[in-house]
Amino acid sequence: MPDSRSPIARARDDLVAGFTSIYLWPILGWQDIKQRYRRSVIGPFWLTLSYGILILCMGPLYGKLLQQDMSSYLPFLAVGFVVWMLISSLITEACTAFTSADGYITQMKLPFTVHVLRVVWRNVLVFAHNSIIVVIVVILATPSLSWALLTVPLGVLAIAVNGLWIGIVFGMLCARFRDFTQVIATFVQVAFFVTPVMWRPEMLGRYQWAADWNPIYHLIETVRAPIFSGSVNPTSWMVAIGIAVAGFALALCLLAKYRSRIAYWL
Amino acid sequence: MADILAENLTIEFPVYETSKRSFKRALVKAATGGMLAVDNSQHVTVRALNGLNFHFCDGDRVGLLGHNGSGKSTLLRVLAGAYEPISGKITVQGRVASMLNVWLGMIIDATGRDNIYLRCAVMGMRPREIDRVVDDIIEFSELGDYIHMPLRTYSSGMQMRLAFSIATSVAADIVLMDEWLSAGDAAFTSKAQARLSTLLDRAGIFVVASHSEDLIRATCNKMMRLDHGNLVELVDLKATM
Repeated sequence: MPDSRSPIARARDDLVAGFTSIYLWPILGWQDIKQRYRRSVIGPFWLTLSYGILILCMGPLYGKLLQQDMSSYLPFLAVGFVVWMLISSLITEACTAFTSADGYITQMKLPFTVHVLRVVWRNVLVFAHNSIIVVIVVILATPSLSWALLTVPLGVLAIAVNGLWIGIVFGMLCARFRDFTQVIATFVQVAFFVTPVMWRPEMLGRYQWAADWNPIYHLIETVRAPIFSGSVNPTSWMVAIGIAVAGFALALCLLAKYRSRIAYWL
Repeated sequence: MADILAENLTIEFPVYETSKRSFKRALVKAATGGMLAVDNSQHVTVRALNGLNFHFCDGDRVGLLGHNGSGKSTLLRVLAGAYEPISGKITVQGRVASMLNVWLGMIIDATGRDNIYLRCAVMGMRPREIDRVVDDIIEFSELGDYIHMPLRTYSSGMQMRLAFSIATSVAADIVLMDEWLSAGDAAFTSKAQARLSTLLDRAGIFVVASHSEDLIRATCNKMMRLDHGNLVELVDLKATM
């Protein structure tokens, strides 16, 4: 029976129903990857291989350009870049979360969260393939082993959780205003250069605040800091949790107000 | 228990691509399609369904009749739960099986068997439920070892057989269909008809859109005629006989 509950309650129901469709979104996300590498001999391990080649070529080049010690720079780059790829593809693919699922949305009733979870899951799977290289590089370079390493998966989880609200918010904005997709793509491109992925925030000297005020930097740090500094960075975790709380509040409001309009925008 | 109640059901599609300037002399009634209008936020809109009132309950077999763009498919999609009304209300009770697009979720490069799992998952089935029906689907489709081949290698008739077998494998209280499903060669068609009618017999409500008035009169007890999104007539076929 529709209409009997408040819009916020119905938006929350959408989130819950999306999560509990555990038999659906993992399959859809996995099929997206399978589809991409169908008939290829090593399949999704192309992700692993191409990431390995990327790091092997970029590492020495940028290590030289930035005059870094290679044994510490290469693992730093390998970890930072893979996390950056996860975040950036979560953001760019969020834009098409609903528009690419138009076949489903305009013909049947599914929780909208399912389409976003599909995108998030797909990217977590890509990340999992890429992180094989990270594990190898990190083991070879032997950074400090510590208990803090156990928080690395939690950092990935924090990014995925943020990916969910980003998917809902950006997915809706881009479905309604198609120019938004281009705006976000441009933003992500610029963000790569201003975020400490290839370079360390210390290199900014007295301009280090530029990194400290960058939420993407903090998301990366939830994964990168425990590996290299051997400790959890509380500021980064506060930022990651803070934007998740604010983001979900925004996502819930948008869902409550415009959820029933999404099908009409496609 | 199946029940569908529409009260003043109105559906309006905004069209963002066009500027309203090209419609300056607009709001002309076109020969096909819903009514064009400009809404209060100055977007051109297509009113696909205009204040529909009806009530279907258990046992109703409803045939939707109307020209192209009269709102038949839109109404079916509303019943499937894809669109929420702009104004008015629609209440649907019961498990809905939408056969509006029997291909939704299927992947041309995946094997027939994988597609059974995909399509059934999209229809809301859990893996354990699918395990129970998968053998029946394979057997009914008569695809044999082709079930392990990608859909791409199937003839269109074979693809249709598979889609049909999957679509008709799930029991539901409400069945929605855009034109009667049919599949395959003559032998398969008669078998398919039998399977479809058992499914429909078990369903509480069946709504089908069709261009064939004869077919509707032969199989339905209610006929609903739509024109430009308006409900023109709702005939009780059994009463007129």
